[in-house]
Amino acid sequence: MTAWERFLETFFKPELMVQYWPDILEGVVVTVQIAAAVVVTGLALGLMLASVRAYQVRFLNLFIVIFVDVFRALPPLVAILLIYFGLPNIDIVLPSFAVLWLVLSFVLAAFAEEIFWAGITSTPKGQWEAARSTGLTFSQTLLSVVLPQAIRLGIPPLTNRTIAITKNTALGTVIGVSEILSQATSAQAFTGNATPLMMGALAYIILFIPIVAVGRWIETRFAWRRA
Amino acid sequence: MEVFLHQFLNFEIMQKVFPLLLKGLWTTLYLCVLVIPLGLAGGLLLALLSLSRRRAVAWTTIALVDLFRAAPPLVLLILLYSGLPFAGIKLTPTAAVCLAFFCNTSSYYGEIYRAGIESVGRGQWEAARSTGLSAPQTLTYVILPQAVRNVLPDLVSNTIEVVKLTSIASVVSFPELLYSADMARSVTLNSSPVVLAAVMYILLLWPLVRLVSRLERQVAAR
Repeated sequence: MTAWERFLETFFKPELMVQYWPDILEGVVVTVQIAAAVVVTGLALGLMLASVRAYQVRFLNLFIVIFVDVFRALPPLVAILLIYFGLPNIDIVLPSFAVLWLVLSFVLAAFAEEIFWAGITSTPKGQWEAARSTGLTFSQTLLSVVLPQAIRLGIPPLTNRTIAITKNTALGTVIGVSEILSQATSAQAFTGNATPLMMGALAYIILFIPIVAVGRWIETRFAWRRA
Repeated sequence: MEVFLHQFLNFEIMQKVFPLLLKGLWTTLYLCVLVIPLGLAGGLLLALLSLSRRRAVAWTTIALVDLFRAAPPLVLLILLYSGLPFAGIKLTPTAAVCLAFFCNTSSYYGEIYRAGIESVGRGQWEAARSTGLSAPQTLTYVILPQAVRNVLPDLVSNTIEVVKLTSIASVVSFPELLYSADMARSVTLNSSPVVLAAVMYILLLWPLVRLVSRLERQVAAR
């Protein structure tokens, strides 16, 4: 056997590829589901927190700032292990996918809150005053004048952050969420061959390369023209 | 409530595992000192290559950067750590972690440097070159100082992400902070060590998080 054949046999064995691609595909479905759920809840929660912060209620703001700072400073894997192994001891049992979804949503919400909040504070004071003087209430001004601009301003910085956080779904493998990496490593352990691992890595790349490319495009497309 | 306190804020256990976790924290810092300069240097190289006038060089670099930005770091790490031995290459946990981090972080730093260099006008290059500065001199004394200033918040923010990312080294049994805390958890059957590790991470990174917020406001105000 030549070195090349041995390489193929170890990393791209055709029989194993045929045998395990349904497993990897199952992992892809789980990864996509969790990633989509994280994006929706994370961004919605972040936007909600930023809006609540605009009302300047001292007690709530303190809570929001602490939440945001903690989740920006804490490695997600620490939070995942803490919740997954900690909560059952006080009789709260969450399935592993829920733990992953919850933690990543909180992390995304923390970053999104900061970005949306920066957008809200960068809206010129004159716009607030003009909107209020036409008879709009504070909430109406926030909702229909300020937030649309804040969201648009937030799109470029949020895109890359969101991609980076959805990639963290791979951390689910540590607590046994059956996403791509977890499917790949268990197949690798079972077959004693690196092929499933290569398939897993390829699946991630096929899944995320278009997203990274779109992110690159969005960044230039939505970039606020700097004066 | 009592059960909760016993499970998560057990000071007796925290006291017992503190030396172990402190050792883990030092290992985390040691890992940071290895991977952050490596990433910063690799990123600069990737940024310069991606701005090369030679199309082939630029496009290959951008493709490589996107490839490493598309692969989750944990996948890279496991691929290197458990995949390579099949090819007869056995990496130590430290080597696998450094290599995986190098691929990932230099791609992210590279994109940030590139944005910074692009934010400095082309005319500055030409002006500096026409005064007789060589290309490396122009880069070092004229372009980079301004480029770094323009993207400083992103550089610091990415560095925070790298420090947080070192926690995944625990998956390949690298004895850093999270690994030590998780060991302590499985021995004591109590989550307080992980809470203590979380507190340590927050104390370590919270000042940097605040710094990023301040830098972002400064850049926005400019």
